[in-house]
Amino acid sequence: MATNSKKNFYAVGFDLLLLAILAGCIVMALCSGKYPITPKESLDVLFGELFHKGGSYSEMTKNVVMGLRIPRITASILCGVMLAMSGVAYQSIFKNPLISPDFLGVSNGACIGAAIAILMGLGGIYLSGFAFLGGILAVSITVLIPTILKSESNIMLVLSGVIVGGAMSSILGFIKYVADPETELAAITYWTMGSFSYVTMSEIKSVILTMVIPMIILFGMSWWLDILSMGESEAKSLGANIKLIRNVAIACATLMTASSVCISGTIGWIGLVIPHFARMCVGPNNTKLIPTAGLMGGIFLLLVDTITRTISMAEMPVSILTGLIGAPFYAVLLYRQRKTIS
Amino acid sequence: MIIETEKLNFSYTKGGRQILKDINLSLGEGEVMSILGPNGAGKSTLLNCIATLLMPDSGIVRLCGKDTREMKPKEVASILSYVPQNHVPAFSYTVFNFVLMGRAPKVGMFERPKDEDFAIVEKTLEEIGLTELKDKPYTEISGGERQQATIARAMVAQPKAILFDEPTAHLDYGNQLKTLRIIKSLKEKGYAIIITTHNPDHAIMLGGTTAILDREGRLTVGKSEEIIAEERLRQVYGTELSLIHMDEVDRDVCVPPNL
Repeated sequence: MATNSKKNFYAVGFDLLLLAILAGCIVMALCSGKYPITPKESLDVLFGELFHKGGSYSEMTKNVVMGLRIPRITASILCGVMLAMSGVAYQSIFKNPLISPDFLGVSNGACIGAAIAILMGLGGIYLSGFAFLGGILAVSITVLIPTILKSESNIMLVLSGVIVGGAMSSILGFIKYVADPETELAAITYWTMGSFSYVTMSEIKSVILTMVIPMIILFGMSWWLDILSMGESEAKSLGANIKLIRNVAIACATLMTASSVCISGTIGWIGLVIPHFARMCVGPNNTKLIPTAGLMGGIFLLLVDTITRTISMAEMPVSILTGLIGAPFYAVLLYRQRKTIS
Repeated sequence: MIIETEKLNFSYTKGGRQILKDINLSLGEGEVMSILGPNGAGKSTLLNCIATLLMPDSGIVRLCGKDTREMKPKEVASILSYVPQNHVPAFSYTVFNFVLMGRAPKVGMFERPKDEDFAIVEKTLEEIGLTELKDKPYTEISGGERQQATIARAMVAQPKAILFDEPTAHLDYGNQLKTLRIIKSLKEKGYAIIITTHNPDHAIMLGGTTAILDREGRLTVGKSEEIIAEERLRQVYGTELSLIHMDEVDRDVCVPPNL
């Protein structure tokens, strides 16, 4: 028992370290950008505005920090946390460390929803709503196919995700083909590559509940995700109500992914790479893995977004960089884990 | 009776080969039953039906007198533990955390195992001799050790019955014997135990009752020393087999002919 509590202590310590790194990254992100702000100024504004104390900073500085950078930073951290956590959940549910939210068609489905909204000339809340519906619809079809085929195997579900994902990207291609190249096409393309450029605080507020509530539920049932990851018949013989646990977990993870697509568009790789990296650091127990992966995802996406908005004059879509960093990083992880993944 | 089945029928496809036909068996406290049968006869299928992992076409499985169709997965799991054939999971949980999963029937959906559960796992690991390996990844220990960890996982649920699906498969001689000894000691502790095996010697060594499942899906049950006879083994395996009493080990041994 001593070793067990000692290990918990290390895991908590590790999370605290990540939290400190995240705080450091936030300050750094507040100061990066075209309008120069010192770390002290940024913290003055942040605390001054949060606690309504005011302070000796200019109106311009305040607007840049509170109006531009804080929404972006909040959005990128939230999306990173959501994508990484839902990645962990999907990997445990489907006992497959090679799966991610993108694999189940959730991201693509949400993207189609958004694209349709753009084609119909809708914006704002409709855009988010359509993205949301698309994501839920896609994962429902993915889960439905094995049920129709009367197969409860997880492999079938993965294949079904490939089918739905493939169909979705074709539909998306068609939508791009018929879109007006002058106006709509650029907007749709931008959405498919992911970006935080136009994020506002009200957009974040509109999805915060569908992010936080599923996150709490998922963390609450995290020990049962371990059991689920042993496979269906084992989980059942251990006394798990698989259908209930699995459906609740899938619903939560999907809500989290779709909510993040709603504010940022599709951002690849995070849901795949971060869970792996976190597992290498704290082991496969979901109780430890979910918070650690979430923190790592938040840090990673915040860093990537800060780089994309400062590296050049014209802003780069986030997915370009997550892919450039994620793909080789994943190759290295696979190389290191080649013995455990058969 | 802890485990009881009544006229169990099962086939994988409608109108397909009937795997189980009118199976009646019952098992009480401290009783052990070895199920023998040719490859593909349906020994594992029978275990899966009893463990409610498969739904029989007709018939009833009762655990402690209760119809399993009216029981929740947790109720079933708190009476009956299942030791499946060895497999390697996708994630490398430590031996300790792997065994801890056996406590699932006692843990709520939004709960985690508590100190009491940890203590039971510690004690069981000690009992089965795995304490030194408890922090090792389950994926990196040997087949025999994995088998023992799976047995420990079944024990921590504190069930009344344990089912073993070919517990000696893929194990070397030493580990086969170790596993059989553990099974025997579990029987003496009062668990009702069913194992499937390909080796008649194991049924002889465990004593108790033996059941032979034939290709027609019928189950012949009786005392091990009565059921295991040369003629019957010949029918089951389609080959000459001799039963010889060996004074050195003071039991019958099953010997195949020369090639």
